[in-house]
Amino acid sequence: MTDIADKDGAASPAGSASSEYVEPIFGDTPEGTHIWQRVPYNADDYGPVSSFATDFDHADPNYNPNAPEVWKELRTGGCPVAHSDRYGGMWVPITHDTVNEVAYDTDNFTSRSVVVSVGRPGDLSLPAPIGGAPPITSDPPFHNMARRLLLPAFAPKKIEPWEPEVRALCNRLLDEIGEVTPGETIIDAAVDYAQNIPVNVIGRMLGFPAADEELFRKFVHDALERIAEEPGAREGMDDLGKYILAQIDEHRADPRDDLTTYLLNVEIEGTPVSNEIAAGMIVLLLIAGIDTTWSAIGSSLWHLAQHPEDHQRLLDDPEVMTFALEEFLRAYAPVTMARMVAKDVDFHGCPMKKDDWVLLPFPAANRDPLKFEDADTFIVDRQENRHAAFGLGIHRCLGSNLARLELKVAIEEFTKRFPRFELAGDTRWSVGQIRGPRQLPVRILEVAG
Amino acid sequence: MRVHLDSEKCQGHNRCYALAPELFDVDDFGQAVLLIDGDLPDDLHAKARLTASNCPEYAIKIVEDAS
Repeated sequence: MTDIADKDGAASPAGSASSEYVEPIFGDTPEGTHIWQRVPYNADDYGPVSSFATDFDHADPNYNPNAPEVWKELRTGGCPVAHSDRYGGMWVPITHDTVNEVAYDTDNFTSRSVVVSVGRPGDLSLPAPIGGAPPITSDPPFHNMARRLLLPAFAPKKIEPWEPEVRALCNRLLDEIGEVTPGETIIDAAVDYAQNIPVNVIGRMLGFPAADEELFRKFVHDALERIAEEPGAREGMDDLGKYILAQIDEHRADPRDDLTTYLLNVEIEGTPVSNEIAAGMIVLLLIAGIDTTWSAIGSSLWHLAQHPEDHQRLLDDPEVMTFALEEFLRAYAPVTMARMVAKDVDFHGCPMKKDDWVLLPFPAANRDPLKFEDADTFIVDRQENRHAAFGLGIHRCLGSNLARLELKVAIEEFTKRFPRFELAGDTRWSVGQIRGPRQLPVRILEVAG
Repeated sequence: MRVHLDSEKCQGHNRCYALAPELFDVDDFGQAVLLIDGDLPDDLHAKARLTASNCPEYAIKIVEDAS
Protein backbone atom coordinates (compact mmCIF):
# COMPACT_ATOMS: atom_id res chain seq x y z
CA MET A 1 0.00 0.00 0.00
CA THR A 2 1.37 3.37 -0.89
CA ASP A 3 1.87 5.96 1.81
CA ILE A 4 -1.36 7.82 2.25
CA ALA A 5 0.50 11.02 3.07
CA ASP A 6 2.03 11.03 -0.38
CA LYS A 7 -0.79 12.59 -2.29
CA ASP A 8 1.36 13.47 -5.29
CA GLY A 9 1.77 9.85 -6.17
CA ALA A 10 5.56 9.84 -5.92
CA ALA A 11 5.31 6.63 -3.95
CA SER A 12 3.11 4.96 -6.53
CA PRO A 13 4.45 1.70 -7.91
CA ALA A 14 6.41 1.94 -11.11
CA GLY A 15 4.27 1.95 -14.19
CA SER A 16 1.49 4.01 -12.71
CA ALA A 17 0.35 6.26 -15.46
CA SER A 18 -1.51 8.77 -13.36
CA SER A 19 -0.17 11.24 -10.86
CA GLU A 20 -3.57 11.38 -9.25
CA TYR A 21 -3.44 9.75 -5.86
CA VAL A 22 -6.02 7.05 -5.52
CA GLU A 23 -6.57 5.09 -2.37
CA PRO A 24 -8.41 1.87 -3.11
CA ILE A 25 -11.59 1.20 -1.16
CA PHE A 26 -9.94 -1.60 0.78
CA GLY A 27 -7.15 0.71 1.95
CA ASP A 28 -5.54 1.36 5.30
CA THR A 29 -7.89 2.63 7.93
CA PRO A 30 -5.76 4.32 10.61
CA GLU A 31 -7.49 6.88 12.74
CA GLY A 32 -7.69 10.34 11.31
CA THR A 33 -6.76 9.65 7.71
CA HIS A 34 -10.32 10.07 6.47
CA ILE A 35 -9.97 7.35 3.88
CA TRP A 36 -12.82 5.91 5.81
CA GLN A 37 -15.17 8.02 7.82
CA ARG A 38 -16.41 6.05 10.81
CA VAL A 39 -20.20 6.37 11.02
CA PRO A 40 -21.80 6.91 14.44
CA TYR A 41 -23.01 3.34 14.83
CA ASN A 42 -22.11 0.65 17.30
CA ALA A 43 -23.91 -2.64 16.65
CA ASP A 44 -23.68 -3.60 20.33
CA ASP A 45 -25.76 -0.58 21.35
CA TYR A 46 -28.61 -1.69 19.13
CA GLY A 47 -28.84 -5.45 19.59
CA PRO A 48 -31.25 -7.59 17.58
CA VAL A 49 -33.63 -5.85 15.17
CA SER A 50 -36.81 -4.71 16.91
CA SER A 51 -38.78 -3.98 13.74
CA PHE A 52 -37.59 -4.32 10.16
CA ALA A 53 -39.79 -1.36 9.15
CA THR A 54 -38.03 1.12 11.46
CA ASP A 55 -34.84 -0.66 12.56
CA PHE A 56 -33.77 -2.57 9.44
CA ASP A 57 -30.46 -4.43 9.63
CA HIS A 58 -29.39 -6.78 6.88
CA ALA A 59 -26.55 -7.98 9.15
CA ASP A 60 -29.03 -9.23 11.75
CA PRO A 61 -28.49 -13.01 11.86
CA ASN A 62 -32.25 -13.50 11.48
CA TYR A 63 -32.47 -11.47 8.28
CA ASN A 64 -31.01 -13.64 5.54
CA PRO A 65 -32.59 -16.92 6.72
CA ASN A 66 -36.01 -15.21 6.75
CA ALA A 67 -35.61 -12.45 4.16
CA PRO A 68 -38.61 -13.38 1.96
CA GLU A 69 -40.88 -13.27 5.05
CA VAL A 70 -39.39 -9.91 6.07
CA TRP A 71 -40.08 -8.41 2.63
CA LYS A 72 -43.61 -9.78 2.61
CA GLU A 73 -44.29 -8.35 6.06
CA LEU A 74 -43.02 -4.95 5.00
CA ARG A 75 -45.03 -4.95 1.78
CA THR A 76 -48.28 -6.12 3.37
CA GLY A 77 -47.70 -3.63 6.19
CA GLY A 78 -47.74 -0.86 3.61
CA CYS A 79 -44.05 -0.02 3.94
CA PRO A 80 -42.49 0.45 0.48
CA VAL A 81 -39.36 1.99 2.02
CA ALA A 82 -38.03 0.80 5.38
CA HIS A 83 -35.66 2.87 7.51
CA SER A 84 -32.99 2.35 10.09
CA ASP A 85 -30.75 4.56 12.22
CA ARG A 86 -28.07 1.90 11.99
CA TYR A 87 -24.90 2.53 9.96
CA GLY A 88 -25.47 6.27 10.39
CA GLY A 89 -28.85 6.18 8.63
CA MET A 90 -30.15 3.77 6.00
CA TRP A 91 -33.20 3.47 3.75
CA VAL A 92 -34.46 0.25 2.22
CA PRO A 93 -36.89 0.35 -0.71
CA ILE A 94 -38.68 -2.99 -0.87
CA THR A 95 -41.00 -2.85 -3.90
CA HIS A 96 -39.91 -3.40 -7.49
CA ASP A 97 -40.93 0.14 -8.43
CA THR A 98 -38.95 1.87 -5.68
CA VAL A 99 -35.87 -0.32 -6.18
CA ASN A 100 -36.04 0.37 -9.91
CA GLU A 101 -36.42 4.11 -9.33
CA VAL A 102 -33.30 4.33 -7.15
CA ALA A 103 -31.29 2.16 -9.54
CA TYR A 104 -32.12 4.49 -12.42
CA ASP A 105 -31.61 7.76 -10.53
CA THR A 106 -27.85 8.26 -10.67
CA ASP A 107 -28.21 11.97 -9.90
CA ASN A 108 -29.68 11.59 -6.44
CA PHE A 109 -28.05 8.26 -5.60
CA THR A 110 -24.32 7.69 -5.99
CA SER A 111 -22.58 4.32 -6.26
CA ARG A 112 -19.52 5.64 -4.46
CA SER A 113 -19.89 2.93 -1.85
CA VAL A 114 -21.98 -0.14 -2.57
CA VAL A 115 -21.42 -2.07 0.63
CA VAL A 116 -23.18 -0.66 3.69
CA SER A 117 -20.84 -0.86 6.66
CA VAL A 118 -19.73 1.18 9.65
CA GLY A 119 -17.36 3.15 7.43
CA ARG A 120 -18.25 5.57 4.67
CA PRO A 121 -15.60 6.52 2.11
CA GLY A 122 -13.83 9.56 3.49
CA ASP A 123 -12.46 12.64 1.78
CA LEU A 124 -9.10 11.02 0.94
CA SER A 125 -10.72 8.12 -0.88
CA LEU A 126 -11.23 8.42 -4.59
CA PRO A 127 -14.32 10.56 -5.00
CA ALA A 128 -17.33 9.93 -7.17
CA PRO A 129 -17.66 9.50 -10.05
CA ILE A 130 -14.79 6.97 -10.01
CA GLY A 131 -14.89 5.26 -6.63
CA GLY A 132 -12.59 2.59 -5.25
CA ALA A 133 -13.65 -0.36 -7.40
CA PRO A 134 -14.72 0.95 -10.82
CA PRO A 135 -17.11 0.67 -12.50
CA ILE A 136 -19.33 -0.68 -9.70
CA THR A 137 -18.42 2.30 -7.50
CA SER A 138 -18.56 4.79 -10.37
CA ASP A 139 -21.20 7.24 -11.51
CA PRO A 140 -21.69 8.78 -14.95
CA PRO A 141 -19.81 9.81 -16.96
CA PHE A 142 -16.70 7.89 -15.81
CA HIS A 143 -18.78 4.79 -15.17
CA ASN A 144 -19.33 4.08 -18.84
CA MET A 145 -15.65 4.52 -19.73
CA ALA A 146 -14.56 1.99 -17.12
CA ARG A 147 -17.40 -0.35 -17.91
CA ARG A 148 -16.62 -0.44 -21.61
CA LEU A 149 -13.12 -1.62 -20.77
CA LEU A 150 -14.48 -4.66 -19.01
CA LEU A 151 -17.62 -5.48 -20.99
CA PRO A 152 -15.85 -7.22 -23.91
CA ALA A 153 -14.10 -9.61 -21.52
CA PHE A 154 -17.45 -10.72 -20.10
CA ALA A 155 -19.61 -10.62 -23.25
CA PRO A 156 -21.59 -13.80 -23.98
CA LYS A 157 -19.32 -14.98 -26.78
CA LYS A 158 -16.22 -14.56 -24.60
CA ILE A 159 -17.80 -16.51 -21.75
CA GLU A 160 -19.37 -19.39 -23.72
CA PRO A 161 -15.99 -21.04 -24.46
CA TRP A 162 -15.43 -21.49 -20.70
CA GLU A 163 -18.26 -24.02 -20.48
CA PRO A 164 -16.18 -27.20 -20.90
CA GLU A 165 -13.72 -26.03 -18.25
CA VAL A 166 -16.47 -25.17 -15.79
CA ARG A 167 -18.06 -28.57 -16.42
CA ALA A 168 -14.77 -30.36 -15.86
CA LEU A 169 -14.23 -28.40 -12.65
CA CYS A 170 -17.70 -29.34 -11.33
CA ASN A 171 -17.07 -32.99 -12.10
CA ARG A 172 -13.67 -32.89 -10.45
CA LEU A 173 -15.24 -31.45 -7.29
CA LEU A 174 -17.93 -34.14 -7.36
CA ASP A 175 -15.27 -36.83 -7.84
CA GLU A 176 -13.34 -35.45 -4.86
CA ILE A 177 -16.33 -36.09 -2.61
CA GLY A 178 -15.24 -39.71 -2.81
CA GLU A 179 -17.21 -42.82 -1.93
CA VAL A 180 -20.91 -42.07 -1.45
CA THR A 181 -23.37 -44.47 0.22
CA PRO A 182 -26.92 -43.56 -0.83
CA GLY A 183 -29.14 -42.84 2.13
CA GLU A 184 -26.18 -42.38 4.45
CA THR A 185 -23.55 -40.04 3.08
CA ILE A 186 -24.00 -36.41 4.06
CA ILE A 187 -22.03 -33.74 2.24
CA ASP A 188 -21.93 -29.98 2.63
CA ALA A 189 -23.11 -28.79 -0.78
CA ALA A 190 -22.07 -25.19 0.01
CA VAL A 191 -18.59 -25.91 1.36
CA ASP A 192 -17.59 -29.04 -0.53
CA TYR A 193 -19.05 -27.98 -3.85
CA ALA A 194 -20.63 -24.55 -4.51
CA GLN A 195 -17.97 -22.34 -2.93
CA ASN A 196 -15.15 -23.87 -4.95
CA ILE A 197 -16.58 -23.12 -8.37
CA PRO A 198 -16.56 -19.31 -8.79
CA VAL A 199 -13.33 -18.83 -6.86
CA ASN A 200 -11.53 -21.21 -9.18
CA VAL A 201 -12.93 -19.71 -12.39
CA ILE A 202 -12.28 -16.04 -11.59
CA GLY A 203 -8.84 -16.88 -10.18
CA ARG A 204 -7.96 -18.50 -13.48
CA MET A 205 -9.41 -15.67 -15.55
CA LEU A 206 -7.34 -13.15 -13.59
CA GLY A 207 -4.27 -15.37 -13.77
CA PHE A 208 -3.84 -15.74 -10.00
CA PRO A 209 -2.34 -18.89 -8.45
CA ALA A 210 -4.89 -21.64 -7.75
CA ALA A 211 -3.24 -22.16 -4.37
CA ASP A 212 -4.55 -18.76 -3.26
CA GLU A 213 -8.24 -19.69 -3.41
CA GLU A 214 -8.56 -19.92 0.38
CA LEU A 215 -7.11 -16.41 0.63
CA PHE A 216 -9.71 -15.05 -1.81
CA ARG A 217 -12.51 -16.50 0.30
CA LYS A 218 -11.11 -14.72 3.36
CA PHE A 219 -10.92 -11.42 1.45
CA VAL A 220 -14.52 -11.78 0.42
CA HIS A 221 -15.66 -12.75 3.91
CA ASP A 222 -13.95 -9.72 5.43
CA ALA A 223 -15.24 -7.35 2.76
CA LEU A 224 -18.85 -8.48 2.63
CA GLU A 225 -19.81 -10.21 5.87
CA ARG A 226 -17.89 -8.40 8.63
CA ILE A 227 -19.64 -5.12 7.86
CA ALA A 228 -20.62 -4.24 11.42
CA GLU A 229 -17.04 -4.55 12.69
CA GLU A 230 -14.47 -1.80 12.94
CA PRO A 231 -12.81 -1.28 9.54
CA GLY A 232 -9.39 -1.71 11.17
CA ALA A 233 -10.38 -5.13 12.50
CA ARG A 234 -11.10 -6.46 9.03
CA GLU A 235 -7.48 -7.24 8.22
CA GLY A 236 -8.47 -9.15 5.08
CA MET A 237 -9.38 -5.83 3.44
CA ASP A 238 -5.83 -4.64 3.84
CA ASP A 239 -4.30 -7.95 2.79
CA LEU A 240 -6.45 -7.90 -0.34
CA GLY A 241 -5.01 -4.55 -1.38
CA LYS A 242 -1.47 -5.72 -0.84
CA TYR A 243 -2.13 -9.00 -2.61
CA ILE A 244 -3.51 -7.32 -5.71
CA LEU A 245 -0.71 -4.77 -5.92
CA ALA A 246 1.78 -7.66 -5.72
CA GLN A 247 -0.07 -9.48 -8.51
CA ILE A 248 -0.02 -6.31 -10.60
CA ASP A 249 3.76 -6.04 -10.17
CA GLU A 250 4.16 -9.68 -11.16
CA HIS A 251 1.96 -9.30 -14.22
CA ARG A 252 3.79 -6.16 -15.30
CA ALA A 253 7.09 -8.01 -15.05
CA ASP A 254 5.74 -11.12 -16.74
CA PRO A 255 2.76 -10.30 -18.98
CA ARG A 256 0.53 -13.21 -19.96
CA ASP A 257 -2.80 -13.93 -21.60
CA ASP A 258 -5.12 -13.16 -18.71
CA LEU A 259 -7.49 -10.47 -17.48
CA THR A 260 -4.96 -8.84 -15.16
CA THR A 261 -2.49 -8.30 -17.99
CA TYR A 262 -5.33 -7.03 -20.17
CA LEU A 263 -6.39 -4.48 -17.53
CA LEU A 264 -2.84 -3.22 -17.12
CA ASN A 265 -2.71 -2.39 -20.81
CA VAL A 266 -6.08 -0.77 -21.44
CA GLU A 267 -6.53 2.94 -21.97
CA ILE A 268 -9.22 5.40 -21.00
CA GLU A 269 -9.47 8.14 -23.61
CA GLY A 270 -5.94 7.46 -24.78
CA THR A 271 -4.37 7.36 -21.32
CA PRO A 272 -3.25 4.07 -19.79
CA VAL A 273 -5.17 3.33 -16.59
CA SER A 274 -3.31 3.97 -13.37
CA ASN A 275 -2.25 1.12 -11.11
CA GLU A 276 -4.86 2.25 -8.64
CA ILE A 277 -7.75 2.13 -11.08
CA ALA A 278 -6.55 -1.23 -12.41
CA ALA A 279 -6.31 -2.48 -8.81
CA GLY A 280 -9.81 -1.23 -8.10
CA MET A 281 -11.20 -3.06 -11.12
CA ILE A 282 -9.41 -6.24 -10.09
CA VAL A 283 -10.86 -5.92 -6.57
CA LEU A 284 -14.27 -5.72 -8.15
CA LEU A 285 -13.72 -8.77 -10.35
CA LEU A 286 -12.31 -10.83 -7.52
CA ILE A 287 -14.83 -9.84 -4.84
CA ALA A 288 -17.99 -9.50 -6.87
CA GLY A 289 -17.89 -12.86 -8.60
CA ILE A 290 -17.11 -15.16 -5.72
CA ASP A 291 -19.70 -15.41 -2.98
CA THR A 292 -22.45 -14.05 -5.20
CA THR A 293 -22.28 -17.05 -7.53
CA TRP A 294 -21.48 -19.38 -4.64
CA SER A 295 -24.69 -18.14 -3.00
CA ALA A 296 -26.79 -18.63 -6.13
CA ILE A 297 -25.54 -22.20 -6.57
CA GLY A 298 -26.09 -22.99 -2.89
CA SER A 299 -29.61 -21.54 -2.78
CA SER A 300 -30.58 -23.43 -5.91
CA LEU A 301 -29.37 -26.72 -4.43
CA TRP A 302 -31.14 -25.83 -1.15
CA HIS A 303 -34.34 -25.47 -3.16
CA LEU A 304 -33.86 -28.71 -5.10
CA ALA A 305 -33.13 -30.64 -1.89
CA GLN A 306 -36.66 -29.74 -0.77
CA HIS A 307 -38.38 -29.98 -4.16
CA PRO A 308 -37.64 -33.34 -5.76
CA GLU A 309 -40.40 -32.64 -8.30
CA ASP A 310 -38.39 -29.72 -9.72
CA HIS A 311 -35.24 -31.82 -9.66
CA GLN A 312 -36.99 -34.60 -11.56
CA ARG A 313 -38.28 -32.13 -14.14
CA LEU A 314 -34.72 -30.96 -14.81
CA LEU A 315 -33.60 -34.55 -15.33
CA ASP A 316 -36.56 -35.49 -17.54
CA ASP A 317 -36.56 -32.32 -19.59
CA PRO A 318 -33.09 -30.69 -19.70
CA GLU A 319 -34.45 -27.97 -22.01
CA VAL A 320 -36.43 -26.55 -19.12
CA MET A 321 -33.14 -25.29 -17.68
CA THR A 322 -33.44 -22.18 -19.86
CA PHE A 323 -36.37 -21.11 -17.69
CA ALA A 324 -35.37 -22.81 -14.45
CA LEU A 325 -32.07 -20.94 -14.41
CA GLU A 326 -33.86 -17.60 -14.48
CA GLU A 327 -36.35 -18.76 -11.86
CA PHE A 328 -33.53 -19.77 -9.50
CA LEU A 329 -32.08 -16.30 -10.08
CA ARG A 330 -35.42 -14.62 -9.46
CA ALA A 331 -36.51 -16.52 -6.38
CA TYR A 332 -33.06 -16.75 -4.81
CA ALA A 333 -31.29 -13.67 -6.13
CA PRO A 334 -28.20 -13.37 -3.95
CA VAL A 335 -27.24 -9.74 -4.39
CA THR A 336 -28.51 -6.65 -2.60
CA MET A 337 -26.63 -3.58 -3.78
CA ALA A 338 -26.37 -0.20 -2.10
CA ARG A 339 -26.13 3.49 -2.93
CA MET A 340 -25.43 6.63 -0.96
CA VAL A 341 -27.74 9.63 -1.10
CA ALA A 342 -25.88 12.22 -3.19
CA LYS A 343 -27.91 15.22 -2.05
CA ASP A 344 -30.90 15.76 0.22
CA VAL A 345 -33.96 14.40 -1.54
CA ASP A 346 -37.56 13.58 -0.75
CA PHE A 347 -38.21 10.06 -1.97
CA HIS A 348 -41.88 9.07 -1.76
CA GLY A 349 -42.24 11.07 1.43
CA CYS A 350 -38.95 9.83 2.91
CA PRO A 351 -36.64 12.71 3.88
CA MET A 352 -33.35 11.27 2.64
CA LYS A 353 -30.23 13.16 3.68
CA LYS A 354 -26.91 13.39 1.84
CA ASP A 355 -24.65 10.44 2.76
CA ASP A 356 -27.50 8.29 4.06
CA TRP A 357 -27.20 4.72 2.84
CA VAL A 358 -29.81 3.18 0.55
CA LEU A 359 -29.94 -0.59 0.26
CA LEU A 360 -31.12 -1.92 -3.08
CA PRO A 361 -32.63 -5.34 -2.38
CA PHE A 362 -33.07 -6.68 -5.91
CA PRO A 363 -34.06 -10.02 -4.32
CA ALA A 364 -37.05 -8.27 -2.69
CA ALA A 365 -38.00 -6.62 -6.00
CA ASN A 366 -38.00 -10.11 -7.53
CA ARG A 367 -40.74 -11.21 -5.16
CA ASP A 368 -43.00 -8.20 -5.56
CA PRO A 369 -46.50 -9.55 -6.33
CA LEU A 370 -47.28 -6.42 -8.32
CA LYS A 371 -44.57 -7.48 -10.76
CA PHE A 372 -44.61 -11.27 -10.65
CA GLU A 373 -47.55 -13.64 -10.58
CA ASP A 374 -47.34 -15.99 -7.57
CA ALA A 375 -44.18 -14.14 -6.64
CA ASP A 376 -43.36 -16.33 -3.65
CA THR A 377 -43.86 -19.55 -5.62
CA PHE A 378 -40.97 -21.18 -7.48
CA ILE A 379 -42.27 -22.09 -10.95
CA VAL A 380 -39.60 -24.13 -12.68
CA ASP A 381 -40.72 -23.13 -16.20
CA ARG A 382 -41.95 -19.58 -15.48
CA GLN A 383 -42.46 -18.00 -18.91
CA GLU A 384 -42.62 -14.31 -18.04
CA ASN A 385 -39.68 -13.44 -15.85
CA ARG A 386 -38.23 -9.94 -15.94
CA HIS A 387 -36.22 -10.55 -12.77
CA ALA A 388 -33.70 -8.07 -11.48
CA ALA A 389 -31.18 -10.53 -10.02
CA PHE A 390 -28.38 -8.81 -11.93
CA GLY A 391 -29.63 -5.33 -11.16
CA LEU A 392 -31.42 -2.77 -13.29
CA GLY A 393 -30.07 0.17 -15.24
CA ILE A 394 -26.48 1.10 -15.99
CA HIS A 395 -24.90 -1.10 -13.31
CA ARG A 396 -26.27 -4.39 -14.65
CA CYS A 397 -23.92 -7.06 -13.27
CA LEU A 398 -20.87 -7.09 -15.49
CA GLY A 399 -20.27 -10.78 -14.81
CA SER A 400 -23.84 -11.94 -15.35
CA ASN A 401 -22.98 -14.13 -18.32
CA LEU A 402 -20.23 -15.87 -16.37
CA ALA A 403 -22.45 -16.21 -13.29
CA ARG A 404 -25.21 -17.79 -15.40
CA LEU A 405 -22.79 -20.23 -16.98
CA GLU A 406 -21.41 -21.31 -13.61
CA LEU A 407 -24.85 -21.59 -12.03
CA LYS A 408 -26.28 -23.60 -14.93
CA VAL A 409 -23.40 -26.03 -15.18
CA ALA A 410 -23.09 -26.42 -11.39
CA ILE A 411 -26.77 -27.35 -11.07
CA GLU A 412 -26.70 -29.63 -14.12
CA GLU A 413 -23.70 -31.62 -12.97
CA PHE A 414 -24.81 -31.91 -9.32
CA THR A 415 -28.34 -32.99 -10.19
CA LYS A 416 -27.09 -35.53 -12.74
CA ARG A 417 -24.53 -37.01 -10.34
CA PHE A 418 -26.97 -37.12 -7.42
CA PRO A 419 -30.48 -37.67 -8.87
CA ARG A 420 -31.99 -37.46 -5.38
CA PHE A 421 -30.79 -35.65 -2.26
CA GLU A 422 -32.44 -34.01 0.75
CA LEU A 423 -31.60 -31.54 3.50
CA ALA A 424 -29.75 -33.20 6.37
CA GLY A 425 -29.53 -30.71 9.19
CA ASP A 426 -29.40 -26.98 9.63
CA THR A 427 -28.57 -24.70 6.74
CA ARG A 428 -26.43 -21.76 7.85
CA TRP A 429 -27.06 -18.57 5.87
CA SER A 430 -24.61 -15.77 5.11
CA VAL A 431 -24.72 -12.40 6.84
CA GLY A 432 -25.03 -9.12 4.95
CA GLN A 433 -25.86 -8.03 1.42
CA ILE A 434 -25.08 -11.34 -0.27
CA ARG A 435 -27.65 -13.98 0.61
CA GLY A 436 -26.95 -17.68 0.34
CA PRO A 437 -26.17 -20.82 2.31
CA ARG A 438 -22.71 -20.98 3.90
CA GLN A 439 -23.31 -24.49 5.24
CA LEU A 440 -25.71 -26.77 3.43
CA PRO A 441 -25.67 -30.35 4.70
CA VAL A 442 -27.50 -32.67 2.31
CA ARG A 443 -27.98 -36.42 2.41
CA ILE A 444 -27.34 -38.15 -0.89
CA LEU A 445 -30.20 -40.55 -1.64
CA GLU A 446 -29.13 -41.75 -5.06
CA VAL A 447 -25.93 -41.75 -7.10
CA ALA A 448 -25.89 -41.90 -10.87
CA GLY A 449 -24.70 -45.33 -11.86
CA MET B 1 -45.65 -8.86 -36.37
CA ARG B 2 -42.51 -6.82 -35.92
CA VAL B 3 -40.03 -6.43 -33.08
CA HIS B 4 -38.69 -3.11 -31.86
CA LEU B 5 -35.49 -2.97 -29.83
CA ASP B 6 -34.67 0.17 -27.88
CA SER B 7 -30.88 0.09 -27.75
CA GLU B 8 -30.81 2.95 -25.26
CA LYS B 9 -32.72 0.86 -22.75
CA CYS B 10 -30.76 -2.35 -23.38
CA GLN B 11 -28.24 -3.00 -20.59
CA GLY B 12 -26.92 -6.28 -21.95
CA HIS B 13 -28.83 -8.70 -19.73
CA ASN B 14 -28.56 -11.12 -22.66
CA ARG B 15 -31.96 -12.66 -22.04
CA CYS B 16 -33.19 -12.18 -25.62
CA TYR B 17 -30.11 -13.74 -27.20
CA ALA B 18 -30.40 -16.73 -24.85
CA LEU B 19 -34.07 -17.23 -25.67
CA ALA B 20 -34.11 -16.46 -29.39
CA PRO B 21 -30.74 -16.43 -31.13
CA GLU B 22 -32.64 -16.52 -34.45
CA LEU B 23 -33.97 -13.08 -33.60
CA PHE B 24 -31.24 -11.44 -31.53
CA ASP B 25 -27.47 -11.39 -31.60
CA VAL B 26 -25.12 -9.63 -29.17
CA ASP B 27 -22.22 -7.35 -30.03
CA ASP B 28 -18.71 -7.34 -28.55
CA PHE B 29 -19.99 -5.41 -25.54
CA GLY B 30 -22.85 -7.81 -24.93
CA GLN B 31 -25.49 -5.37 -26.21
CA ALA B 32 -28.48 -6.82 -28.06
CA VAL B 33 -28.65 -6.56 -31.85
CA LEU B 34 -31.96 -7.18 -33.61
CA LEU B 35 -31.48 -9.51 -36.58
CA ILE B 36 -34.86 -9.20 -38.27
CA ASP B 37 -35.98 -5.65 -38.85
CA GLY B 38 -39.13 -6.33 -40.84
CA ASP B 39 -42.09 -8.68 -40.56
CA LEU B 40 -41.37 -11.83 -38.62
CA PRO B 41 -42.10 -15.28 -40.04
CA ASP B 42 -45.02 -16.90 -38.18
CA ASP B 43 -42.83 -19.49 -36.49
CA LEU B 44 -40.96 -16.76 -34.62
CA HIS B 45 -43.98 -14.98 -33.17
CA ALA B 46 -44.08 -16.96 -29.92
CA LYS B 47 -40.35 -16.57 -29.37
CA ALA B 48 -40.51 -12.86 -30.06
CA ARG B 49 -43.21 -12.43 -27.43
CA LEU B 50 -41.12 -14.48 -25.01
CA THR B 51 -38.11 -12.19 -25.40
CA ALA B 52 -40.27 -9.13 -24.76
CA SER B 53 -41.75 -10.60 -21.60
CA ASN B 54 -38.31 -11.49 -20.22
CA CYS B 55 -36.41 -8.26 -20.83
CA PRO B 56 -35.78 -6.71 -17.40
CA GLU B 57 -35.35 -3.24 -18.90
CA TYR B 58 -38.45 -3.33 -21.15
CA ALA B 59 -36.23 -2.67 -24.15
CA ILE B 60 -38.16 -4.99 -26.49
CA LYS B 61 -41.58 -4.12 -27.87
CA ILE B 62 -43.79 -6.26 -30.05
CA VAL B 63 -45.68 -4.45 -32.78
CA GLU B 64 -48.64 -6.58 -33.82
CA ASP B 65 -50.08 -6.23 -37.30
CA ALA B 66 -53.01 -3.89 -37.54
CA SER B 67 -56.12 -5.91 -38.25
